[in-house]
Amino acid sequence: MGIEFRRVTKTYPDGTRAVGDFSLVVPSHSLTVLLGSSGSGKTTLLRMVNRMVDPTSGQVLIDDADVAAEAPVALRRRIGYVMQHSGLLPHRRVIDNVATVPRLNGASRREARERAAELLAVVGLDPSLGSRYPGQLSGGQQQRVGVARALAGDPNILLMDEPFGSVDPLVRIELQRELKRIHTELRKTIIFVTHDIDEALTLGDQIVVLRPGGEIAQTGAPPEIVENPRDDFVAQFLGVAGGRRSLRATVRDDGGLSISDSTGRPLGILEALPSKAPGSLPGG
Amino acid sequence: MDWILLNLPLIADLTFAHLALCIPAILLAAAVSLPVAVVANRLRPVREVLVSGTGLLYAVPSLPLFVVLPVVIGTGVRDPLNVVVALAIYGTALMVRSAADGLDAVSADARTAATAQGYSRWGRFWAVDLPLAGPALLAGLRVVSVSTISLVSVSAVIGVQSLGSLFTDGFQRGIVPSIMSGLVMTAVLAVGLDRLLVLAGRVCMPWSAAREAPGR
Ligand SMILES: Nc1ncnc2c1ncn2[C@@H]1O[C@H](COP(=O)(O)OP(=O)(O)OP(=O)(O)O)[C@@H](O)[C@H]1O
Ligand SMILES: [Mg+2]
Repeated sequence: MGIEFRRVTKTYPDGTRAVGDFSLVVPSHSLTVLLGSSGSGKTTLLRMVNRMVDPTSGQVLIDDADVAAEAPVALRRRIGYVMQHSGLLPHRRVIDNVATVPRLNGASRREARERAAELLAVVGLDPSLGSRYPGQLSGGQQQRVGVARALAGDPNILLMDEPFGSVDPLVRIELQRELKRIHTELRKTIIFVTHDIDEALTLGDQIVVLRPGGEIAQTGAPPEIVENPRDDFVAQFLGVAGGRRSLRATVRDDGGLSISDSTGRPLGILEALPSKAPGSLPGG
Repeated sequence: MDWILLNLPLIADLTFAHLALCIPAILLAAAVSLPVAVVANRLRPVREVLVSGTGLLYAVPSLPLFVVLPVVIGTGVRDPLNVVVALAIYGTALMVRSAADGLDAVSADARTAATAQGYSRWGRFWAVDLPLAGPALLAGLRVVSVSTISLVSVSAVIGVQSLGSLFTDGFQRGIVPSIMSGLVMTAVLAVGLDRLLVLAGRVCMPWSAAREAPGR
């Protein structure tokens, strides 16, 4: 399921230009990250795919078919959507939140719940949590339920809008790892929105750096973008120009290296290994 | 005390008559308020006019209303229906704002999420907006219920039997126990119905209590 944005623009009724002339091909089974600061039109772009926002001009195509030709409700039921604050329905038990889309698609309550229980396991949750209400879960657990819910309709496409924005760094890293695993196993086409550079570098097959106004500053694989930022904006955004990614090493007493960025902020330690194998940065 | 014991059957009859006027009036008020609230929320520019306008109905004095209603709805002067309709009007006046505000306050995140999962507009209203506004709607309904139970007594003045008849008779004939029993029974009904509503809320909305309780 490839997705293509063809010269889309979006001007909201109040005159705000959120997206200007945006074209992008999201290959099937890839994980594409939209990376940009607040207000750069990421959510707007994401919602064009499931028609929660209709572009002012241009087209969005899924497998070469214009989404504008499909009824929004049917379209949304076959596309998974994960929101920033989980957006779970507080009046439904966790299991029934996950069962929402199968139910909408006509599955019986029993079938839908069986499917939902499987998915709780897929996202690494104990099925016994299924009988809780969302308000009785931690933020990280809620995010997992949000992912499970989005997967429940077995969609080929997954749209994720800063899904891990509200959890602590440790849980966030774990959720990222799980998402990578799910992506490898289930081979969904994923568009993932974030303003966190490290998250983008960790997850993306392809990264799209956005400027304010929803224009593309650069598109490429993570190493390309870090090594060859196209212009000052991208370099600044990635922290390359600010010195965050130009690293310095000083030799330690034990023979290892202490790594810091150009402002002197310590980042980690490069250990001296007994063999001649290259060293590693603990904790990335 | 003797008077009360002698008149227990009368008190019981009047209590039932009282309920028979209140319950339909409360249900009617709820059934009218909800669509009015929905329409008000959909028609943003006239929302305030609609909501405040229905609220003002509460200021209509009840006696003139009882005089006008039979003419408008074509009932007899002593028809209990007049009382039900009049009380439903006051109930609606009380409830429209709380219903409109309650529906408006449903979390935008939950709504957006429901839309993104593929709910149609109406599907979302029944499955998400309405249940999530439930606690606010219940609060509104409790006010309507208490208010209706005390207002019904006025019906005695136009000759429709209710616990109010214990007041009118008691005053005319100087029977204090009659007045007292009317007062007590009205209070009992008001508290009883309120408890019942709270209980129904707990049963229908277990999530709203679960949210308050500590997790884990
Ligand atoms: N419904 C709307 N009406 C008017 N303007 C809007 C609307 N939604 C978004 N905008 C504006 O469009 C621009 C892009 O918004 P969008 O939500 O797509 O940004 P974003 O990149 O997702 O930001 P964030 O990282 O803060 O979520 C912003 O300037 C925003 O104020
Ligand atoms: Mg956003």
